[in-house]
This record gives sequence, C-alpha cells and structure tokens, in this order.
Amino acid sequence: MAGEVPSTDQPIVTLTGVTKRFPGIVANEAIDLSLRPGEVHVLLGENGAGKSTLIGLLSGLQQPDEGEIRIDGKRCTIGSPREALGYGIGTVFQHAMLVPTLTVAENLLLGAPWWQRPHKDQLAERVAELASRLGMRVDLDARAHDLSLGEQQMVEIMRALLRGSRVLILDESTSMLTPSGIEELGGLMRRLVESGMSVVFITHKLREATAFGDRISVLKLGRKVGEIPPEHVQGRDEDSLIAEIVEMMFGIRSDDPEAERRVRSLISDEIEPLLSVRGLSLAAGTNTPALSDISFDVRPGEVFGIAGIDGNGQKQLAELLSGQRRDGTGAILFEGQAIETMPVFRRRKLGLRYLTDDRLGEGTVGSFPVAINFFLKQIGEPPFWKGAIEQTKAIEGHADRLIDDYDVRTPSRHTAIGQLSGGNVQKVVLARELAEGARLVIYNKPTYGLDLANTLTIRERILEIARQGKGVIVISTDLEELLSLADRIAVMESGRIAGIVDYGEEARTEVGRLMIGLDA
Amino acid sequence: MGDLVSTVFLGALLFGAVTAAVPLLLAGLGEQMSEKSGVLNIGIEGMMIFGAYTGFLGAYLSNSMWFGFLAGMAGGMVVSLIMVILCVRFGLNQIVIGIGLTLGFEGLTALLHHFQFSRTYPRLPAAEPVSIPVLSDLPVIGPAFFNHHLIVYIAVALVAVMAFVYRRTQLGLNLQAAGDKPAALDVTGVDVVATRAFAVMVTGALAGLGGAYLANVGAGLFVPFITNGSGFLGIVLAMLSRGHPLWVLIGAFVFGLCLALTTALQVAGVNIPTDVIQMIPFLAVMVMLVAFGRRSSLPAALGLPYERGAR
Amino acid sequence: MTSESLSADPETGTSTGGGPSWLGPLAKRLAMTIGPVVVALALAGLLLLALGIDPLRYYTYVVERGLLSPTGVQQTLTRMAPLLLLAAGLIVAFRAGIWNLGGDGQFLLGAVAAAATAPVVITVLPAWATLLIAFVVATLVAMLWSLVPALLKAYQGVNEIITTLMMTFLGASFANVLVKLIFLDPATTVPQTRTLPVADRLPRLFDTTISGGLVLALIAIVAVHVMMMRTSFGLKLRIVGANPRAAVHAGLDVPLLTVAVFAISAGLCGMAGALEVLGVQGNVRADWNPGYALTVIPMVFLARFNGFAAIGFVFLLSVLSIGGESAARRMGVPNDFTLVLVAIVLIVLAIAEFIDHRHKKAKG
Repeated sequence: MAGEVPSTDQPIVTLTGVTKRFPGIVANEAIDLSLRPGEVHVLLGENGAGKSTLIGLLSGLQQPDEGEIRIDGKRCTIGSPREALGYGIGTVFQHAMLVPTLTVAENLLLGAPWWQRPHKDQLAERVAELASRLGMRVDLDARAHDLSLGEQQMVEIMRALLRGSRVLILDESTSMLTPSGIEELGGLMRRLVESGMSVVFITHKLREATAFGDRISVLKLGRKVGEIPPEHVQGRDEDSLIAEIVEMMFGIRSDDPEAERRVRSLISDEIEPLLSVRGLSLAAGTNTPALSDISFDVRPGEVFGIAGIDGNGQKQLAELLSGQRRDGTGAILFEGQAIETMPVFRRRKLGLRYLTDDRLGEGTVGSFPVAINFFLKQIGEPPFWKGAIEQTKAIEGHADRLIDDYDVRTPSRHTAIGQLSGGNVQKVVLARELAEGARLVIYNKPTYGLDLANTLTIRERILEIARQGKGVIVISTDLEELLSLADRIAVMESGRIAGIVDYGEEARTEVGRLMIGLDA
Repeated sequence: MGDLVSTVFLGALLFGAVTAAVPLLLAGLGEQMSEKSGVLNIGIEGMMIFGAYTGFLGAYLSNSMWFGFLAGMAGGMVVSLIMVILCVRFGLNQIVIGIGLTLGFEGLTALLHHFQFSRTYPRLPAAEPVSIPVLSDLPVIGPAFFNHHLIVYIAVALVAVMAFVYRRTQLGLNLQAAGDKPAALDVTGVDVVATRAFAVMVTGALAGLGGAYLANVGAGLFVPFITNGSGFLGIVLAMLSRGHPLWVLIGAFVFGLCLALTTALQVAGVNIPTDVIQMIPFLAVMVMLVAFGRRSSLPAALGLPYERGAR
Repeated sequence: MTSESLSADPETGTSTGGGPSWLGPLAKRLAMTIGPVVVALALAGLLLLALGIDPLRYYTYVVERGLLSPTGVQQTLTRMAPLLLLAAGLIVAFRAGIWNLGGDGQFLLGAVAAAATAPVVITVLPAWATLLIAFVVATLVAMLWSLVPALLKAYQGVNEIITTLMMTFLGASFANVLVKLIFLDPATTVPQTRTLPVADRLPRLFDTTISGGLVLALIAIVAVHVMMMRTSFGLKLRIVGANPRAAVHAGLDVPLLTVAVFAISAGLCGMAGALEVLGVQGNVRADWNPGYALTVIPMVFLARFNGFAAIGFVFLLSVLSIGGESAARRMGVPNDFTLVLVAIVLIVLAIAEFIDHRHKKAKG
C-alpha cells in the first residue's frame, strides 16, 4: 500500500473528453484523466477496456478524434513519438520496443541526431549514476534479444529516464514478470515518484493496483467508470479497496442488460464426456508459453469456461484442440476417439469447431468477399464445390441464408469482409463454425472488442448451442462473461490449470482468487 | 618460360577480377544499406544503368573521369528518388516499382544511346591508373591489385567506411533499427521514412557510381544493357552478406574472379565454355543456402512499408 | 507483400481501407486501367517529341505494323504465345504470394529441354508424339529447376526472391553449357542445338504464319484463370497468398501448397520455352535469352493477376514489340522504347491506384 502523501501540484498532463474510434470499435470514449507529479496513477481495466489506445494517444502513436490534451496547462497535440518525448512523456510499451539485434547500449543510444558519434562512455556514466541511485541493473553490452522480458523492461525504463521524462507510462509491465520482479518494479516506481516524476501504471491485476497505486482509475469498454483519489486509497484496508474496484470493474447495475442470467443445471458426472483432455502438454515456443499436464472433460449441454490472464496458454490450448497445431503430447479424446493426430478438417467433420480470437488476423481473409469467408474451412466439399469446381449458386445461396440467419450487416455478399465491423465479422465466423454438424464449439474471446448489442447476440448464440445439447468451451479474459455463461470455469495460469470452479454463489470470488494467483 | 607465362596470366587474371568486381562491390554495398534499413531495392539495376549512362555522358562531355563519376552518382540518385517517393513515402509495392524502374531505365538509356552515340560510338581514353608506390612493384600482386584507377581504391575503402558507419555511428544504429524493428526506432523519435529514404538515396549514388565505373573504366564506352544483371548480382551479394560489408567485398571479388576467368580462358584458348565458370559462384551460393538455409539472415521488416500505429 | 494490388499497404486484406479493385464495378476498373495507359502514352509521346520524333506518326506506324498489316498481326499473335504461358505461370505464383522472379531461367531450360528432345525423338516417332514428349520433358525440367527454391521457401522460409533470381542467372549459364557441350549440333559451326524441321513443328493456324502454340497458350491462361478463381485448389492458393495465417487456421498444408505453386509456375514457364522452340525457333542458339519473363511481370501486375486482362496486356505488349521492331528499322526508334512505355504505364497505374486508395480511405 502506498503510504506517501501525494503531491498537490498542478497536473503535468490533463486529458479532457478524449475519444478515439477505430473501424467497428470505440476504443476510448470521453476519457478524462490527470497525471500529477509525485503520483503513481494506476489505469486498471480488462483487455479491450481501451488502455492500450490511451497509451497510444499519450505517446504520440495515435491522435484523438475528439477531446483535448493539455500539458502544463497548455493545450497541445502530441503528433508523433518525438513530440511526446519532447514533452517529457516516456513510454514503456507492453510489447518490447527494443531492436532485438542491437545491444542494450545501442538501443539506449537510438534517437540521438544521426550525424553524431554515439557517446557510449557518456552513456555508461549516466546509466551507472541512474542505476545506482534507483537500484536498477542494466547490462549495457548484452544483446536485446538475449534479455528476459523483465530485463528488457528495465532497459526501456532506463531509456525513458535518460531522455529526461517527467511522465513515465508503464503498459502492462508486470504481465511477464516473476513475483520478485514485480516487487522490484514496485519499489522502483515508488523511488521515481519520490523524485518528482509522474508514473502511469497500466495493469489488469487488482492487487498490483492497490499495492503500487496512489490514484486508481478504472476503465471498462473504452469508458472511464471510476477514479479513486489518493485520499481514498491511503490507509484503506486492501480488501475493502479491492471490493470497491471490483464493484467498478464488474459491478452490475440493475439496468445492466448483461445481468441476464441463465438457469444452470449441473451436468452430471455420469454422462459420457464429449471431449476428454488428458495430460496435454506443449513445449514453450519462442513467443509462446508452454502447456503442462492439462486435463478436463466437457459434457454435452455444458458450457465450460476457461478463465485467465491473456497469454497463459489459452490460445495454444485452443489450437491443440482444434488441430491447428499438432505438436503437443498427451491425449485428446472426442467421444472416446483419439483425435490428437487428426488434421483440422477431420476434426471439423467430427463436429469439433474453433472460433479464433483473432478474427481478422487468421479467422478471415479480409480482401475476400463475405460469401467465401463463410466456407473457408469447407473448401472442396460438396455442395459448395463439385469435382473441385466452385458452385457459385450454392455458395451464394447459402451465404445469403447465413447473412439473414445471423443478421450480418453487409452491403452485399460480395463485399470484402475486411470492410465490415468487428461484430459482423464475428457473426460470419460464428456462422461458419456453427454450420451443420457442430458438436462441440470452442470460442476464444468471442466478444472481444464488440459493442454491447453484438456481445449480447453472440452470448445468446453460445447458450443456444449448449441448450441444443452440444458442448461449449468459452475462453475469455472477461470474468463477467464467463460468470454469465459457464457451468464450470477452469482457470489457466502459466500454462496449467490452476483449478476448476463450479458455478455458484462463490464462483466469482474463487475464480478471481485463482486468477491473481491465490488458491481458491 | 612456362613460369613467366603463368605469372603474366595470373597477373592479368587478378587485374581483370578487380575490374569486374568493383561495380558489383559498389552495387552490393549500396543494396546492403537499403536492405539494412528494410527496403528491398529491386530497382538497383535501373539505378546502375542510368548511372552508367549519365556517368559516361558526363565524362564524355567534360573530358573528366571524375566529373563522369559524379554524374553517374547523380544519375543513380535520380532513379532512387523515384523509388523513395513511390515505395518509401507512398508505400507502393517495392518489387513492382523496382522491376518497372529497371525495365524503364534500361529502355530509356538504350533509346538515348541510339540517338546520341549509335553512329559515332565514342570511346573514352583509357583510365589513368594510380600506381601505389612500393606495393605496385611486387610481383604478380603489384600490377594486379595496386595499379588501378583511384576510384577502385575508394570503392575498397568504402567497405571500411560502411563497416564504420554500421558499427560506430548513430546513423548505423538507426539504419539497423529501421530494418529490424521500425516501430522501436519510431518511438525513440527518429523518422523511419527519412532513415529509409536516406539509405535508398545512398544506394542510388553507389549503384550509379558502379554503373559509371563499368562504362567509363571497364568498357570505355556506353552500350545499351551494359550492366547486364550487375545490379541483380548486387542484390544477391547484399542478401548473402548478412549485413557485413566485408562479405560483400569477398563475394564481389569471387564473382569478379569468375567473370575474369572466363575472359582469360578465352584469351588463353582453353576450350571450356565460359558459362561453366560463371555458374560456379551461383552454385556455391545455392549449396550454402541449402546447407545453412535460415530465415534469420534478412532484416525482419524487409520489404514492408512502415506506417505508424497500423493495427 | 502479399497484396494483389500494386500498393503494398499493410492494411489491405486485413482491415478497413478501400476494397480491392477487382471487386469494384467493371466500368470503374476499365477506367482505372485505360486512363493511366492513355496518360502513359502521352508521357512517352513527350519523350519521343523530345527526341525529335512525331509521336502520332510513331504510334500510328506501330499500330499499322503491329496490328493492322497482315504479316504484322500474324507476328504479333505468334509472339503472344510464349508470353501468355509465362503470364499464366506468374499469375499462379503471384496470386499465391510467391515472388517467382526466376521465370527466365525456367523458360530457357524448358526451351533447351525441348530443343534437346524433339529433333532426336522425331527420328523415331510421329510429329504429334514428338511434340507431346518435348512439352512434357520441358515442363518437368523447369519444375525440377524450381525445386530447390521451392523447398527452401516451404520448409526453411528462405526468401524466394533471392533464390529464384540466382537460379535464373544459373539457368541462363546452364542452358548455354547444355547447348555448347551436350546438345551441340555437330553439323553447324554456330553453337546451337539440332534443329527441328519446319514441317514437324507446331502446326500453323489455317493459312497463316500464326503458330498453333497461340491456341495452347490461350487455353493455358484461361485454364489458370479458371483454376485460380473457380476451383477449390485455386482458392486455397489464393488464401495462402492473401493471408497465410488464415490458411493455417483453416487447416491448409501451406508448405505443400507452396511447393505445388512453384511446380505449376515453373512448369508453365518451361512450357513457354518449349513453345518458342517447337513453334518458332526450331532450336536454341547459344547465348539466346530474350528475357521475356521479366518483361511480362509488369503486364501481370497491370492485369492485377486477372488472366483475361493479362491476355489484353500481353496483346498490347506484343503489338508494341512487333510494331516497335518494325519502327526500329523504318523510323530509327529502337524498340527499347517499348520498355520505357511499359515502365511508364506501370508507374502511372501504381500512382493512380495509390491516389484512389487514399481517396477511399479519406472517405471511409
């Protein structure tokens, strides 16, 4: 818990009514925010809450569509990263922004006028000075790609300090750190604000927010839903503070349409499982986590939720189940039949379907018409192809029906799918995966980045599938979504299943505890 | 007697190898800088041929070899400016524009040659070699390596200059960052587009100089299609050198040696088709690729236009 | 670089922006194609003017010789045949996102293979069987020639631009080695292969001098177009080209498809070489390298990888080349002017598409 008396100085940066839209999503809507010296300002929110966009706006990567940014009270635009640095705003991005092939020293030297010789000695001196003052460790001669993510982060913080930043933005900086690394970072942030800086700390972990923050702002679906000022953060006991934040993040207003609940019927363990996973493991890749010893069953009519912070192996698990990757070990049984060596299309024929979370990156071909995107996974199959020849009538007729059935809002079936909004793209992908013969459907973050209306439609579709006696797996980082859908929720943490929670009164707390690394 | 013949032969062979290697070296060094910064410069053949033309024209009109070299560099840069505007600034497809520029300037120079020189076929006087004292008196090696036009020594010195730029200067860091992780360069406040534009302009200058050397020193005249794929060879050298200028030098010399060997064998009356020897370097390279084929040898962002904050 | 439009905007194919032009109304596409061609003709005309030549007279002459005179149009149509096959081969590769820049090497080896086979086989088999065998051998040789770049690309991720470029240099030399050392015709003093007698070559069309190869080439390019646009296999290749990650997600075997693309592309280029030998040349002379593939690449881009549009552009190129060759003799304008014209068309079109793209983006 932060114990310092926060400074009452004028804010360095003030955002008023800042709005940023992307095709299909309002990423930030009318955000007000002040960054004050001597304060760790925590921005808390789930994935898709608009945190990254906000950072993009502050660091000059993107410009707001509406609203104003004031720095030292003067209205200004941050047109480029160079300008942001000029204003003293340094950013440590979630995805490392170091050049992997350069050394740490060379990375720190980037940005000086190009005609200069790099002043390596000078750099070493300043780094040593800062490092000893702030208790940081930076190896100047290491190559960036040899560093752990935590070490890379230190380098990036060092870079921001070398640039004389007054505001330091840390984007999800703890997501890849070990517990001791997180402690270390917390201490560093404290020392930085003591020296008069303003630190913006972005996270989705409640405990970090309460442990490190002086001021806590909560974002949800692109809107700021609450701010807890320092006087309320200080001296509060952690549990009541967390309760207040949880209320803001997941709080369900009486008029909230998300509050609609389904009647759960506990699925009996006696029923033969549709899908059984036994001891599934996967070696870690260059950018992907390992999976270890994953086992669970999904029964007909059941919605099996998989919760967890992004990047804990959920995507790799889904890809192993769908057949998109087949380099794991362990058993995957579909109605008792071993399928772990089957390619995607054979699993699909059995009725195993997978909705990817990356609907534009891999789920669809953006430049292709909507109609074709319905059938990407049935290429060559009748009635859409006969003797390898495309049956335009069958494809277009069927596409028109699906466009109607799933209420896809598109100018025409010939429109390139990349031009549709996220919600409509998701409906196309949904229609594709739910097509004839679906028995078990894996949804990966099915409502990520969608507006409320589409979110509710998609959730209704998911429940309908379960009501039809099919199996459903929902992978989501949105706890509220899982609570409103799932019969059981497994929590994934560091590539393993930390625990499986049955739906019930206590589910929210239990899952929440598992997610932040406590026992249920 | 036999010794004398083989010594003379070897000397002439090595001299020819150096002459043939210099344009490849310049093209390779130029292309290397483009590629380092993330631009796949397929238009380099066009830059070379236009440099050869303007270089020859400059030298012919001014009677100065050096003015010719400057004109060659300028010619190459004219072509690279088009590439910068269309590919680096506007982000158009680098392969299409590159091939378009190559074909266009091959055609244009052939056309201009036809109207200006095809009746007279003017020749430049032989380039004045600069003998390096002491070294040029060495047997075999002396006349082969130390009795060339000054521009040859400059080209070799450029290898060291480039190595210095890449390893010891701020510019070198910026270039590598622009090719390996442009976004990381952008967030430090360096303009990625400007960095790449600079690299492509340097490529144009070096390729143009290489073309001018080919015409003015190598041939003493300009004929259409005189570069005959040298620019493409430069691309191959740059891709194989993995960013090290010294490797471009070695590669250029090996290619140059094979080219010179074909001429030398013909002169010597040896009855092997020259093509067999011309195949050797390519074969060697392909064998190397099969044996060590890895994806890591090229900048990660090669060929991709940079757009800030693209989602 | 997998976009099928000239602008390599990273957003194409993944998100908003302007739609790909092949979806737009036909009229607009025609305008977007013909407009820049007209502009380019005008710009190239200015160049002629600067060289002291009346552009109108030149263009009229080229059209007369390449299109309107009976011999000219026959030559034009004959020239089209190998160019069309090359275009077909490049379309397959480019649509699948594979930059096969080695078409000329594959073309030459196909030509040598045909020239090595046909004159020998004709002594024992009838003409039709000879032609068939020569075609098959040429196709197979070119396919084999592309195997190393294909495997390197599919399983090692080695950039195919560099490997195919090298294989094209290697191929040109290797073709010469074959001609000079192995398949040399001992009866002549010029280094060249044995010659297939005129009577045994591809039949000519009706009473003209047009090579029957034209029919074959037209069938091939239409077949390729239909394969790419109407069959499941073609769709798979297009998915690999447009979004390789989507291909993996849909369960396609991307490495295998990559090898298949190389084989088809190189096979068609090799067939083009065979066509030129069996239909027109009759043999391969040492150091013969017309460089057709490199010239066809811009045509394929101008046609936006559409087979039918490619026929149009290849026709235009052939008219310009044949007419240009004639003009070179009569008007003293080297036919290199055609290259300049092609380049100007390409660049003007790229700029037009870029402006169109920006415009759409600004609107949407």
